[in-house]
Amino acid sequence: MAEPIVETRGLKKYFKATKSGLLESIFRRKIPYVKAVDNVNLTVAPGEVLALVGESGSGKTTLGRLIATLELPTDGQVVFDGKVVDKKNKKDIRKDIQMVFQNPYESLDPRGTVRSIVTEPLMRRHLSRSDVSSRFGSVLSSVGLESGFAERHPRDLSGGQRQRVAVARAIISSPKLIVLDEPTSALDASVQSQVLNLLVELRNQLDFSYLYITHNIATARYISDRVATMYAGQIVELGPTEKVMGSPKHPYTQALLKSVPTLDNKEVAAPTGEVPSLVNLPEGCRYNPRCPYVMDVCRTTDPGMRKAEDEDVSCWLFK
Amino acid sequence: MATQQSTIPSVSIQDLTVSYSTVYGRVRALNSVSLDIQRGESISIVGESGCGKSTLGHSIVRLLAPNAKYDSGKIELEGKDVIKMKGHELSRMRGLDAFMIFQDPLNSLNPVKRVDIQLLEALRTRYKMEGKPFVEEEAYKEAEDKLTDVRMPDPEKIMTRYPHQLSGGQIQRVVISMGLLMRPKLLIADEPTSALDVTIQAQVLMLLRELQRTYRMSIIFITHDINVAYAVSDRMIVMYAGEVVESNPSEQLVRNALHPYAQALIKSVPRTTKKEGRLTAIAGSPPNMLHPPAGCRFHPRCPYVMDICKVKSPPPVKMEGGAVVRCFLHGGTDS
Repeated sequence: MAEPIVETRGLKKYFKATKSGLLESIFRRKIPYVKAVDNVNLTVAPGEVLALVGESGSGKTTLGRLIATLELPTDGQVVFDGKVVDKKNKKDIRKDIQMVFQNPYESLDPRGTVRSIVTEPLMRRHLSRSDVSSRFGSVLSSVGLESGFAERHPRDLSGGQRQRVAVARAIISSPKLIVLDEPTSALDASVQSQVLNLLVELRNQLDFSYLYITHNIATARYISDRVATMYAGQIVELGPTEKVMGSPKHPYTQALLKSVPTLDNKEVAAPTGEVPSLVNLPEGCRYNPRCPYVMDVCRTTDPGMRKAEDEDVSCWLFK
Repeated sequence: MATQQSTIPSVSIQDLTVSYSTVYGRVRALNSVSLDIQRGESISIVGESGCGKSTLGHSIVRLLAPNAKYDSGKIELEGKDVIKMKGHELSRMRGLDAFMIFQDPLNSLNPVKRVDIQLLEALRTRYKMEGKPFVEEEAYKEAEDKLTDVRMPDPEKIMTRYPHQLSGGQIQRVVISMGLLMRPKLLIADEPTSALDVTIQAQVLMLLRELQRTYRMSIIFITHDINVAYAVSDRMIVMYAGEVVESNPSEQLVRNALHPYAQALIKSVPRTTKKEGRLTAIAGSPPNMLHPPAGCRFHPRCPYVMDICKVKSPPPVKMEGGAVVRCFLHGGTDS
């Protein structure tokens, strides 16, 4: 297997749940932490599309931000293209990573023109004006916008067109990795399929990887090569898309897939129980209070990642 | 439905036309929409943004924006004409006859009253309607149980909070449980689950289904998510550019849609993986509602366009199996 483009090693990100002030340090009170991402090991291969699915609060956006170097980990490492990300080199590494956000109505500068928004990532690259302009022309046409859009403002564009502008901006600097955080959830069904088609086409033409973060299972199934399911800050199942979507192994993935209505399955079923608080996590396996197959060992010991056929599953049901 | 009795439908809309006055001129958001909803029937209205689906929902409960105007047509709710209703008739109608859950829930609750007080207020109204005596403890218990039903964590804490202390998803669940507590004859839900997680959405969809069966409640579910629409409704209404283009039992619509736009909408739902080929997208963009195209409004984007489509608007045609479609491919050319 080729060298991964991104690898996370024991990645953790904890946020303080309360402000820690003078009193806390005098009395040595224990400060509660929100364990948004807890011990995640993950690789993305060059040219691969990895989908990250889970409920809100499962830590998928935080993991995306860590990988995009927008946050530094509390513990563990993000290795990008062979280099460990730290404070000093993150700006350099960031040139090879781009992000597309959920809401194209908020993520684009309302006062900028399409040209200024899209070419901004090239500003500090010491390129000649004609170079920038020719690259702008080519990305604009590859995202399917006519050249007439160049001087328009975001307010003149529809939702789908705005998301195309956001994608153009992401690909203009030829990054190695694009982190897509819910890129289609603000769009209409018909526009959503246009944007998904565009993303797949671009990936086939140019050589980059996607980390596709979503709660929309159908789009994840469509676009990804591998899927990772996140629950309470950890990855509970990771494997090839057909396997995870076709015959999910982890009880949580099974419950998640059952709760999504599709045109082939009208009867939805909601999983029992509540999403745990990330401050006071359950002992052992984090899914044990909701799991229909819970055993004694689940309540005491975390199963860790284990191999089950060609998947990784964090569940005691798989020896 | 062979055993169609002569009972009046829960909602009957005839030839409804609603327009908004804007600085650019009058925009017809609804163009002669006709629709009947039977008691205990659950329908969903699907379509792209701007097709008029929310306007239709709002116009039933008379909650249109001030710049909107009912140009013509009639809306009957439980046999009463909504458009002619006056002050206190309207407030009686809203809540008990029809309850609306909005897409953006933040303004649906009173900001200076605690959640429990607002839920009890809803229950008091229902008890009065049913002629039952109001016992506060009982009602409190019922309200708290309903919050548990919609998967609210710590319902007893939530009951004592003010709306600004809750997140958007929590407020939406309070509003949904209020709707469930009121047991209205008609529940209009405008994208109620877009702010919620899939697992909570599943729970809400199950609750709505249950309520519809137990209390014979009619439901209008407005959404752009065709998967959700299919899961929740008996019949689906497809709207395009302010017109109902197809009304068809959900099962039939998903398997065998008649109108080219409905077919395209169903096909654009991702059900496959990228290895199996591209997703079908609808060519072109939705029309400018200030100057909608002549004839059939879908004709500039339609793959089967004929000459007649460009000049004449297709009339509704009743098909076998209870479908109504507005497309010349399925008849209506002779009239």
